[in-house]
Amino acid sequence: MIGTGILKGMAVTARNFVGSYFEKDRLITVQYPEERSPLPENYRNFPFLIYDTDDPEAGLRCVACKICEKECPPQCIYIIKSEDKKPDYMGKPQFYAAVFDIDISVCMSCQICVEVCPFEAIKMDKVFELSKRERFDALLQRKNELAKSNEYYHSIHPIEAAEVDAKLAEAAAAAAKKKAAAAAATAAGSTSAPGTVPVAPAPPTTP
Amino acid sequence: MNTTEMLQPPPAMTSRLDGELMEVSMGPQHPSTHGVFRMNVALDGEMVVKLKPVFGYLHRNHEKIGENTSYLGSMPYTDRLDYFCSMTNNWAYALSVEKLAGIEVPERAEYLRVILAELTRLQNHASLLGFLLSDMGAWGTPLMYAFREREKILDLFESLSGSRMMCDYMRFGGCRVDAGPDWMERAKKIVDLFPKFLDEFEKLILSNEIVIMRTQEVGKLSAELAINAGMTGPMLRACGVNYDIRKVDGYGFYPRFKFRVPLGEHGDCYDRLMMRALEMHESVGILKQAMEQIPAGPVMNPKVKIRAFRPPVGEAYGRIEGPKGELGFYLISDGGTNPYRYRVRPPSFINLTVLEDLCLGHTVADVMVILGSVDIVLGEVDR
Repeated sequence: MIGTGILKGMAVTARNFVGSYFEKDRLITVQYPEERSPLPENYRNFPFLIYDTDDPEAGLRCVACKICEKECPPQCIYIIKSEDKKPDYMGKPQFYAAVFDIDISVCMSCQICVEVCPFEAIKMDKVFELSKRERFDALLQRKNELAKSNEYYHSIHPIEAAEVDAKLAEAAAAAAKKKAAAAAATAAGSTSAPGTVPVAPAPPTTP
Repeated sequence: MNTTEMLQPPPAMTSRLDGELMEVSMGPQHPSTHGVFRMNVALDGEMVVKLKPVFGYLHRNHEKIGENTSYLGSMPYTDRLDYFCSMTNNWAYALSVEKLAGIEVPERAEYLRVILAELTRLQNHASLLGFLLSDMGAWGTPLMYAFREREKILDLFESLSGSRMMCDYMRFGGCRVDAGPDWMERAKKIVDLFPKFLDEFEKLILSNEIVIMRTQEVGKLSAELAINAGMTGPMLRACGVNYDIRKVDGYGFYPRFKFRVPLGEHGDCYDRLMMRALEMHESVGILKQAMEQIPAGPVMNPKVKIRAFRPPVGEAYGRIEGPKGELGFYLISDGGTNPYRYRVRPPSFINLTVLEDLCLGHTVADVMVILGSVDIVLGEVDR
């Protein structure tokens, strides 16, 4: 009979209408500014730079190797490498980024910079409320805006950050072991000239 | 086509007309054109006499960009092709690069790819049905129900890959991150609840008299024309041609799963609509099997380099059965870090080529239904 299909459909709408008051999976909207659904651990939107200790200038892990600049598909990263070396937070002389800009109006949040970075220096942020009144300069993030602490990274990606820290600690331990072995070797070799401790500066890591 | 040529009525029509045709430009800002698609339509009263699609409003030079970035750098761009199904786009591209470089994919990663591709098919078909209904004038309700289900699947994608639509999840030789046990639990729950939504949705629309009147015998496509025009996917199967790349190529682990390929008979809009509904049932079946069988293990082939990835000289064509049809990537490598040639075979662009044949002799209102049933996404049509 004509009309039964429509009536059946009406029954479905009625069930949905009434059900939306009682069933959780029929009403999944969230009243956004007041309520927020929690962001998942893996959520990403724009990159930021990590610094250790509490000095956002000297503590930056970035050594301006420019790999992310080269690999970034939409070319939104702009780096100028420093002429000189400055001691980083561990006192080791390193190159640093004199300029590090990310144009977030160009960035497409693909996470490739994070994957290619050998120093765990760049990670993805979770801040998504970034609307600005100006169109150009406000969307160009400078180094001081990008630098965020390792604690902040731990607060947004707890599982991932713990893994990264473990990895870095392992690498540091391996490096310390190697250094100690080298020091022991040189100490054994230079017994004839005591007092002259050879200072072996770490080679600059510039792939 | 210039205007004067378009305004010439076909000979059979002249007796009835007084030589008066009206040319209407539908789109590119028309809400029913699914993006920025434009049709120049010549109308005799309300009948479509001629139809000329105009593409290119969303052209972004995708293929040329692909030739100028590294192999990995093209992966996030493939998300933006068909932005409803970024997971299947990723898979098609990863598959062709893996063919080119001879990379093996771990078993768990292949299962994850199947799961994500089928979830993509579910959400694409669900939202397509919603859009199609809203093209017919059922504004709101079906689309809202479809988007409610799609939202749950997009939440799954977000918690796995970090982004709802621009997933950028697959890599050459596997997947970027592993899905944890709680993710699997959530996915299982959603897949288990999906048939309930499907039954409800079918009750809502498929027996509805208005839907039947608007879709049956509208936009009929013959199997010969479909094959000659190179159609693939649900469009082709709605004409009764049994061609599904999941069965034909058996890529991924599809031969391990039991599923049927739904076939239509008449090739009209109703059959195309039904195809999507039936395919969703099959997808739920595949998902259940895949979630049961998925083994533990790594999700990434450790031999694949992320940086300075150089496949050997050669060429490869990888294709998958995307939700819209055969999605293929053709790559030529000259041994460098960038592909020498990068070509996309977009299903919705090629499925769109028969639009004029489908629309001739129907009214303007039917044009929207026919266009909706072709299932286009302009990001892929224009690239």
